[in-house]
Amino acid sequence: MQISGAQILVQSLKAENVEYVFGYPGGAVLEIYDAIFQLHKFEHILTRHEQAAVHAADAYARASGKVGVALVTSGPGATNAITGIATAYTDSVPIVVISGQVASPAIGSDAFQEIDMIGISRPCVKHNFLVTEIEELAPTIKKAFQIAKTGRPGPVVVDVAKDVTQAHAKFSYPQEDIFIRSYQPVVNGHIGQIKKALQMLAAAKRPLLYFGGGVVLGNASQVLTEFVRTLGIPCTGTLMGLGAYPSRDRQFLGMLGMHGTYEANLAMQNADVVLAVGARFDDRVVSVPAKFAENPKKIIHIDIDPSSIAKRVKVDVPIVGDVGNVLTEMLGLWQKQELMFNPTSLDKWWKTIENWRSRDCLRLPETEHSELILPQYVVQKLAEITHYDAIVTSDVGQHQMFAAQYYPFERPRQWLNSGGLGTMGVGLPYAMGAYLAEPSKDVCCITGEGSIQMNIQELSTCYQYKLPIKIICLNNGYLGMVRQWQELYYSNRESETYFDSLPDFVKLAEAYGHVGMRIEKKSDVEGALREALAMKDRLVFMDFITDRKQNVYPMVGNGKGLSEMVLPPHMRESKADSDVNDVNDRDYDTRSVP
Amino acid sequence: MRHILSILMENKSGAMSRVVGLFSARDYNIDSLSVAPTEDPTLSRMTIVTRGDSSVIEQITKQLNKLIEVVKVVDLNESRYVERELMLVKVRAVGKDRDEILRLCDIYRGQVIDVSDKSYTIEVTGTSEKLDSFLENINNSLILETVRTGAAGIGRGERILRI
Repeated sequence: MQISGAQILVQSLKAENVEYVFGYPGGAVLEIYDAIFQLHKFEHILTRHEQAAVHAADAYARASGKVGVALVTSGPGATNAITGIATAYTDSVPIVVISGQVASPAIGSDAFQEIDMIGISRPCVKHNFLVTEIEELAPTIKKAFQIAKTGRPGPVVVDVAKDVTQAHAKFSYPQEDIFIRSYQPVVNGHIGQIKKALQMLAAAKRPLLYFGGGVVLGNASQVLTEFVRTLGIPCTGTLMGLGAYPSRDRQFLGMLGMHGTYEANLAMQNADVVLAVGARFDDRVVSVPAKFAENPKKIIHIDIDPSSIAKRVKVDVPIVGDVGNVLTEMLGLWQKQELMFNPTSLDKWWKTIENWRSRDCLRLPETEHSELILPQYVVQKLAEITHYDAIVTSDVGQHQMFAAQYYPFERPRQWLNSGGLGTMGVGLPYAMGAYLAEPSKDVCCITGEGSIQMNIQELSTCYQYKLPIKIICLNNGYLGMVRQWQELYYSNRESETYFDSLPDFVKLAEAYGHVGMRIEKKSDVEGALREALAMKDRLVFMDFITDRKQNVYPMVGNGKGLSEMVLPPHMRESKADSDVNDVNDRDYDTRSVP
Repeated sequence: MRHILSILMENKSGAMSRVVGLFSARDYNIDSLSVAPTEDPTLSRMTIVTRGDSSVIEQITKQLNKLIEVVKVVDLNESRYVERELMLVKVRAVGKDRDEILRLCDIYRGQVIDVSDKSYTIEVTGTSEKLDSFLENINNSLILETVRTGAAGIGRGERILRI
């Protein structure tokens, strides 16, 4: 029996066990929407903007570990999707975005709502396909899912010409993976390299494991945790890696990098052997490679993507492969060969680290008047009240860093944010995708008054599908992170970062059918959070009016090395300062600390 | 340093633009590029001449390998190779210049492949350097038009790039 291309598409998605498709209809995809209506093979979530559809699909993928799917129309639908695609690309999230294209005879004629989606998305996709023959449709969908989720995951765009959706053909979906001769990701690490890495590691006096988002994407959290515990070494994680190792565990030093902890950054700078696992030495982590290399260290780097290895820093032992496979192999050999560290050196290293840690660099400042709300305090309270178990999405800015620093994530896929591209406006659509993936969890979106307004129309989607998200808006009336940089690097010239006409978020939330709350006093924070979280079936928008002048610290400034951190003002020239320096200055690089 | 990269890729529409787009997106320069289908019509072979230190070339090679439609990449500079480029030069040829040009052609083992009362069209092949040298030695005011293919390279001896 012959069915239409649109029906083939819907059946193909069904065959991939797709639960949700996030999308927005339009001319070029009318046929597909009709097939969705008639066949009803999955739930379609109608967002209010294509960007949000792709972000929600991306969040669904991040939270569930499955492939997220978005469906958009040609032209403006496709271009609106680009920011979402680029966001998923930078963070290696497996999504398939299906875009409508004008009918094949019209392609290239500057037709109504025509854009070269293949060309426009090429730099920000793992791969893309244009389908102009109906016979190609089902195999292309199969390949798209295969490519999106294997190797280093990423977004795949399938641009489908409208006449293909209208044509008819017999449907059969490939059962097995399609062999693609030019795409054969390496998943097992080279055994020789693994042995070399273990020898190098065992000889270390100051070992450090540094993990990134690859551990989350590769579902390698469990073996990573076992590895770190068996070896007894300290570990630190990137923004994208948070949750891959339980954050409240003693062996975790906190996040490292531009806003990393004192102990994590100094450990990274002073380690003699660094084992990097699914992390890519991004500029927000090592800042300037030359300064990173000032303290010589051996680097072992495990990554599924060879191009991530030795891209920014020199690597001594590269291991290409799936992080879970490689760590399992390494852990097995470590135990079999009864390898161990020199106990005296490791002990000394831990003592040094504990000294750094005793500085307690995330301790909150005393505020001038007791009812001023510190944004960090709100995050701390949220963490306590949700028992460190909520799924937290964030937007981009100061609130994002406060969330990363003050919410101890205990498991992978609990923390969703745009780490690579830094896309403002992801928070709310991320919460939507995350809730649909994990409806039994509290889903909290930590955002700012700037970020939330970039996709605030999605409050409407949340109402339609009854998504009981908790929005925690840390409202300081400023584009906080930009203002922080203006303060530090542009002599306090607050160019266009001040909002003097913010909406009444309480009324706005109510206008969309939700509950709104404004919280202006510190003593009201806990009660408000408890009340909001108790409303299991309602979206609550909490507008916390916070201290306008808080900055994110520690901070590694522009062009500085990891040890040249700036600590918050209330920690400078304290007694603890001199204590720590007494112990460490002789042996270690602690140039920092104004 | 100048490197010649040889790339085997799927002979599909859009594959070449992925390669070229990768160079421009990452701010790598292409000195020359030549591409054509191979003996296997499903595969194209592309030769790219580029410049960079070893870490840049390593990154280019890795990024190229990451493209789904790229089957294999080699840096021919890693061992011995031969390279050739084809150039067609149309020159004004009147009076005593006609003989002079033919003598220069001889030295460079070029061939005149089209003639008119006032012009010769000359075909020269060789390394890019040799073609540059030919242009330097011909009277510049006589040159009407040049067209070059970009280098094509292949490993010496038994070294083969195929799937």
